[in-house]
This record gives sequence, structure tokens and C-alpha cells, in this order.
Amino acid sequence: MVTNADFLALDGKPGNFTAKLNIRPRYIDADACTACGLCTQYCPKHHSDAYNEGLSITRPIHIDYAQAVPATYYIDPSSCMFLQHDTCQICVPVCQSHAINFNQKPESRDLKVGAVILSPGFGKIAPETLEKYSYGKHPDIVTAYEYERMTTASGPFLGEIKCFSDGRHPKSMAFIQCVGSRDLGCDNGYCSSVCCMYAIKEALVTKEHDPEVDITIYYMDIRTQGKDFDAARERAEAIGIKFVRAKVADVTPWENHLKLTYSTLDGQHKFDSHDMVILSVGLESPKDAQKISDITGIELNKYDFCKTETFAPLETSQDGIVVAGAFQGPKDIPESVTQSSGAAILASTVMKKQRGKGTVNKEYPDELSVTDDDEVRIGVFVCHCGINISSVVDCPDVAKDAGTMENVTYYTENLYSCSQDAQEQIKNTIKKEKLNRVVIAACSPRTHEPLFQETLKDAGLNRNLFEMVNIRDQCSWVHANEPVAATAKSKDLVRMAVSKAARIQPLPEQTVPVIPKALILGGGVAGMTAALSIADQGFHSVLVEQSSGIGGNLQNLKNTLAGDTVVNHLKTLTAKVKKSSNIDVVTDARLAQTSGFIGNFSSVIESGKGTSKKEQTYDHGVIVVATGGHEHRPDKYQLGKSKKVMTQQELETKLAGRAKNRAPDSIVMIQCAGSRGDDLTYCSKVCCNHAMKNILKIKEINPESQIIVLYRDIRTYGFAEDAYLEARKKGVIFIPYDVDRKPEVSSKGTKVQVDFFDSIMQEDVSMTPDLVVLSVGIVPDGTEELSKMLKLPVNANGFFLEAHVKLRPVEAAVDGIYICGLAHAPKPVEETIVQAQAAAAKASMPLVNGYVTVDPIVSSVEEDKCIGCGICVSLCPYGAIQMKKVGKKKKAETVSASCKACGICASHCPTFAISMGGFTNEQLISQIEAFGNNKVEEKVNA
Amino acid sequence: MGKAITQREGAVMILGGGIAGIQAALDMTDLGYYVYLVEKSPAVGGVMAQLDKTFPTNDCSL
Repeated sequence: MVTNADFLALDGKPGNFTAKLNIRPRYIDADACTACGLCTQYCPKHHSDAYNEGLSITRPIHIDYAQAVPATYYIDPSSCMFLQHDTCQICVPVCQSHAINFNQKPESRDLKVGAVILSPGFGKIAPETLEKYSYGKHPDIVTAYEYERMTTASGPFLGEIKCFSDGRHPKSMAFIQCVGSRDLGCDNGYCSSVCCMYAIKEALVTKEHDPEVDITIYYMDIRTQGKDFDAARERAEAIGIKFVRAKVADVTPWENHLKLTYSTLDGQHKFDSHDMVILSVGLESPKDAQKISDITGIELNKYDFCKTETFAPLETSQDGIVVAGAFQGPKDIPESVTQSSGAAILASTVMKKQRGKGTVNKEYPDELSVTDDDEVRIGVFVCHCGINISSVVDCPDVAKDAGTMENVTYYTENLYSCSQDAQEQIKNTIKKEKLNRVVIAACSPRTHEPLFQETLKDAGLNRNLFEMVNIRDQCSWVHANEPVAATAKSKDLVRMAVSKAARIQPLPEQTVPVIPKALILGGGVAGMTAALSIADQGFHSVLVEQSSGIGGNLQNLKNTLAGDTVVNHLKTLTAKVKKSSNIDVVTDARLAQTSGFIGNFSSVIESGKGTSKKEQTYDHGVIVVATGGHEHRPDKYQLGKSKKVMTQQELETKLAGRAKNRAPDSIVMIQCAGSRGDDLTYCSKVCCNHAMKNILKIKEINPESQIIVLYRDIRTYGFAEDAYLEARKKGVIFIPYDVDRKPEVSSKGTKVQVDFFDSIMQEDVSMTPDLVVLSVGIVPDGTEELSKMLKLPVNANGFFLEAHVKLRPVEAAVDGIYICGLAHAPKPVEETIVQAQAAAAKASMPLVNGYVTVDPIVSSVEEDKCIGCGICVSLCPYGAIQMKKVGKKKKAETVSASCKACGICASHCPTFAISMGGFTNEQLISQIEAFGNNKVEEKVNA
Repeated sequence: MGKAITQREGAVMILGGGIAGIQAALDMTDLGYYVYLVEKSPAVGGVMAQLDKTFPTNDCSL
């Protein structure tokens, strides 16, 4: 990690680049700084806190936030008295560890690297753009970034929302969308793709703070096109957040209120007053985009984001340099994370010959032996989580109470137990106090247990000698209004954990070898891309396709919105797949059966038809699910009944043909026909773009064609917004409709009639166009059957669920299985390719490693007690228990690598022969008894 | 990662230490490479570290 560094130059070629960096001095020795914060307390100079968007004051010597990595303070030279005026130096003697060093000089460093991944993020919209909303003229007009810091519990106002003008709590708030995006005034024609989501999020958070507050979101289109995003918008509407489709012309300070002037679609001008106005500012290209382009030679697009192609979305114009995140185009966290994994596999391909040559394996100290004979020494650490826990729970009291418990030899509190300095402190304490069990009372083990277990390993303790108590979610959050009860509950939970901790044992860590092959289900663009990426890493895969040929939905597409001809790319792609010696393609095939676990799957693939039908067994280490989806066909709007009604896909095929009347003079398009609350509840993400693509094609063929688009929200997010603008420039009429006032289509002889309410003219309209085109949405292909076979959960709409929507977007809940393409959610081809590359990256990791580590919390069977009834085998949802013969009797046995530690087997075993590592009956019973013990004490005290 | 040997083979440079850069760094490590994560500010984390909650689940961002 090289921080505080400027990128100056890049020379060389793929596989052998030299990057020149300038590392600016921190003026603090990173190895010596303990992040105690004393220097900041003593520093006399004020400094605007950029981390808090300038809403608070810090000092030139500071750290941005407690969990910052590296956890080293730094001195901002722009306002340091010594560096600017040669005076002061108060911090130097204050620092107990002598970490401050004003003699540090800028250091230049050359890095030899095989590939470069560009992820410089995004920039901020220029203040001039915000001026038209009176930003800067009145303190109660804030940007969404500033507002985000305001609502944060650890932010400058501890989460209190108040007007800057007079400190009152706002009763009425307005969000203005599309500030600096979809805004030709500042040359940002694109949509920033994230603002609708964060505005809804911030509005929901505000309602949590104060349910009475009145919130209005002024918008042009609400673009919640992501997976399950529409549901959040509906939730927001249900709790009373108002959505007003309007353009805000002006914000004027008016006494201590802000007057908004806005015009609605029907041409009315209206006014409304609010206490606070939040500007949903868009994402600008990064400030140093041009500089990066000059240094690396990569091309930028017209908005100064990195230029990429639809079929190579992560490749820059320079070989060996790939891009990920918002620099490739404005995008949200899951898309960025997905792109990063995709970029990683591309970079890896560039330099695969060098794999493993530069890495250093982390070494852990030898594990201390902890046996039953050793004295139990428990250390309890109680986390304040800033004020997240401590504003409700009396943390000092909880820690002190822990100190009175049996076996507890040490207790303390931390401001943030998860911070880097706290890990050092925990490590040192374990050694100094000879602790052999650790209890941390903090947040959720789901997010933080691995971190603390790593710290234990670093200190030489087995990572299972650890118990985590969640006093944030279970105490300070759910009992936010009852501090006394929350504190009492925290004590109960800690006492239970301590009681269990006294009985926990070290569990051995196992590793299992991996078969370096992949199984890929689905031969569309997702499956093919994944197979090729895995092949590029040097691994073999079998590509299973249910139809007679590979290509999937790409075969139905003719051109892309960016103007590429699809058929050429499809040909190249299929040729590459067929040519690769690392890929076996099986068509007319399906997965008949699969068993095993990450690293060791065995699958039966059924292929061929009739007499040539055959089965083959394939052993592999990972599975990529790319089973795709298809166009939904709603049984309404006369689809299939009238020749004059067709889907966007059918229209695309027709437009690519030679029929004379393929682009008739009068066309009505109906968006969300079947989606978003019709047959399907969700947004299919691609239909608006698909419509724009066809519209522009029609206009190319027949410029006179009169096109009317009936829509709910036009969701041409990102750079596709340009196409929407072009369509409007070409005279296409866009009329929004309401979900409870949908357009109706009926057949009148050979004619087709569309009836709808024109929300612009405010009147009912009836017309008989030459063609009605439906944007119908996408449904997944056969996920139900596969979901049962692979034990993969699907969401309410039948799409496979990812392990974590933000941070593990292509991994399935079952280890060793990865998801991409339409089987995950509807998405355009560009995003499918990225996701396939990301899935390939994740799938390649165990293959590269050659082994996987098995979670030690698994079930184990006591052979003596087992009566071989087999109940556990029939119940295990992961196929992780099998029967074996011991002498003449049958006994159950756990397949450790498949076991997910759900505990179903243990809870159903009639003879209590099965126990779970880390959750034995003895441990759980002691926990329950500890809970009861409190009552006894209370009685005694009384 | 301490004092890096600048002449090592099998290394990749990632420019920008926001969520995208961090994820790319983790993935490149898991794929068997040494990573230089180059960040212009004093700490990695980027804009995501400034966020309170994340859409649509309102999970903590940090």
C-alpha cells in the first residue's frame, strides 16, 4: 500500500511497465505512530475537515477517521504552522512515541509492474453548477455528501439533523435530483446512475431519525433499475416520502425557509417551501482524468471518463492497462466491485507467467497449545463503536461487570475494537496477560468475526478460542430508547459468552485439495466469457449448453446502442471458445446431477437426444452458473393476437431485415409492459435502452416516422442518456403513464387501437398506430430446478441470490459456485460480460491456490453413540453427511468440506451423537445457565 | 506490506484506493500477485468510507 502518492509517469510495455511515483511526506513515522490522537488534541491550528465535507473542524495533524488504513496520522502541510510559517512544533514533544518527523522529504519511487488497473474513482460536480440552486447563498442548502455526513452517527453532529441557519430540526425537506447530471448546462449529458438510490436511502434514514418530517424528492425519472432496487422506492413511498416529477427552476431563500419554484409535466409552475434542500449531486469524471490519460496514453470519452467498448468494457485503449469502477462510467458499489474482479482477471491474463513470483505468504506464529489442564484466562474487550454502542449502552459498566466474572483475568474498553491500533493492543494484551480465550463485545460477527480471529492467530491463539457478543445490533440498536435495559442486556450477553468461552476448545484448521477444472452452465455470452477467462488462466472447463448451439441471447441481437454489429462479436467469441483447448463444449446438454463441495465437485452431464443420448461424469473444483434468461411474453396488450403488436426484440429483428415497411410512419411503444408491478414486479433494466436503440434505428430508416413512447420512468442510465436525448431531438414524444392508469391495446379488425391518458395534455387519447411495440422485460431460465440441485437460493423473482449484494456480488451462498449474467438479474450485455469476467476471477482463485481451507465449525459424529439410523443423512441440505460401514454396523460421517455448520443434524440426532464444533451441547447449556444466573444474583442482592 | 522491493516480478499497480481499487487489490492477491495499491490521499477507502449506510439494505458502509 502506497498512500499519499502521486502517479507521475509510466514506461514500458505489458508485462514490464515501470511506474514513477512521488510519495509526499506524512511528517509522521508510520511505524512509530500509535494513533493515540494526542497530537491532534494539542495542535493549535484549525483545519477544515475534508472527510466530513468541511462540516467540522479538525487540526492539520490528524487522521480522517478512526478505522482509516493505514492507521497513521499525517500532517496536512497546507495549514501546518511549522510547515507554513516555521513556528509552533507543539506536536513534537507531545508525541510520546517520537513519531513526528518534520525532516521527511518527498520520496520518488519506481515500481516494476506487469499490468496496471486504473480505479481512480470519480470527481465532484463543480460549485458553479450548484449556484443556480443558491448553494452557498443559504446555509440550509446542502449537497447530498454533506447531508450524508450529517446523518452519520459518527459524523460531526453525531447523527443529529439540523438546519445550519438556526439549529432547528427541519420539518420539511426537499431532495433535488439530477444536479450536475443529465444537465447540459454543465456539459454533463450523462446520468450518474447512483443519485436516485442514495436520495431514497438518505430519505429513508431521515424518516428513521424523525418519522414526522415531510420529505419530497423532485425528479425527472426515478432510476432504481438495479436488482431489487424498485422495492426500496416502493418502501419509501409507503412510509410517506413524496415523489414529484418536476424540474426545479430555482431555490430562493425566503425568511428562514427556502422557496422552490418548479414546473410539472403538465406545464404548471408551482412553489413550495422547505426548511432544508438537499442537492443530489452527480458523479463527475475524476479530477486527474486528463493527467492519467496523458501519462498512460489511454483514451477518454467525451465526458472525460475512460473510453471502453461494449464488448470489452474493462479494457482501455492501451494494452496491459485495464479500468474498474466509476472511472469507467458512473456506477454504484456492487457494479464497481464486480468490475474490480473482472479487471483483476484481465490484468492476471496479461502477466500470468509471472504469477506467484512476487507474493510473500503471511506467516503466523506457532499456535500455543491450550489443553483442558490449562487455567482458563479470559480477556473481555468492550467496544464503544464510536458512539454507536456507547451512546446507549454504558460500556464502562459492562466492562467492569465482566471483570467480576469467573475466569475473566482481564477486561478493557475500546473506542473502535476493529481499528488497526486496537488489533495491536489486543495482540499485545493476549501475550502480556497470557490470555487463552478472548471475548469481544462489539458489533456483528457476520462482518467482524474474521478480523478478530485473524488477530488471535497473529497472537498465536487458535482462532476458535474466541467469542463475539453483538451488543450493537442486539442492544444499542434495538433498545435505543432504553439505555438501562440495553446495558443490563449487554451484561447478560457478555456473561453468557464468558461462560461459553470457558468451555470452548481449539479446533484444527483443515485444507482440502482442489481439482483445477471448472463446470460452466450456460453457453451464452456470460458462459462463454467466463470459460474463456478461466481458460486464459490455464484451467480447463466444460461448457454445458441446453440448446444445440452456443451464443444464447446474443443470437437475437443485431446491434448495440453504441452502434456495434453484434454478429461479428458473436462469431469471434464462439470461434475462440471452440478453438480453445481448455474448453469442452457440450450442447443439447443439461446437468443431471451434482455432488461434492468446493474444490471437489462431481457432476453428471446428460447430452444428446434419442438414441445418441449419453451421460458423462466430470470432476471439477468450481461451478459458474450462467444459465441466462429470455424475453417475458405478457398475455395482454394483444401480443401474439395482432400482427401489429410485437416486442422490442422482434422489432430489432424486423428492423435488421429488408422488408419495405419495417419502419412504419406511426408507432407507439409501451414501456414496462408486463414489468414493474404488472406480471413481473421488477424493472428489467435493459428495456429502455433497447427501446432507444430501436427508435434511433427507425429514425435512421424512416425519419418521418412518428413515435410515441408511453413510459413510467425512462431509465437510460449512464452514457445511454445520450441516446434518450437524441431520440427527443429527433422528435420522438415521451408520455409518462401511471401504474394505475395503464395504456390499453385492443384489436379493431386488422387495426390495433391504443387508449391512454396523456398526462402532458391531461386528456384521454385514442389512436390507431401502424405498430405497437412492447418493452416486455426479462425472466430467468429454469432457475428453479437448478436452485434445488445446487442448493442455491433464488429471490422472489426467481433470480439467483448473491452471497452479499454489495461486496460479494458474483459469489453464491454455496462455496465454489459463482453466478453471472441474466441468471443473476436482468442486465445489458456490457454488464453481463463484466460479471462473467468477475465470476471467472472468483472461480479461478481456488483453482490457482490449489487448495481450500475448511471452516473448522463443522459437525462431527461420535461413532460410539451413533446408531446408524440415517436421519441426519436425509435431513442435511448440503449432502454433507454420508453413511459408512464400520464392522457390520452403519455409522454416519461428516464430509467436512461440504458442511455449512447449520446444525440440523445435531438437533435431530436421537442419541446426541452429533455435535457442532464451537457449539457443543455443553457450551450452549452453560450459556443458558449463565443467563439464568443473573436472577439468582439479583435475589441475593435483594 | 512495509518497504516494498521495487524490482519484484509478478506485481501489479492499482491506481486509486477506493472500493474498486481495494477489491481489485484483494482479488489480484488471491490470484497470486503482489499488489501496489497507489492512493493519492493519506488513507485508502475512498468515498465509500464517507458513507453512513448503503442502499437498499441500509447496512453500515464502513
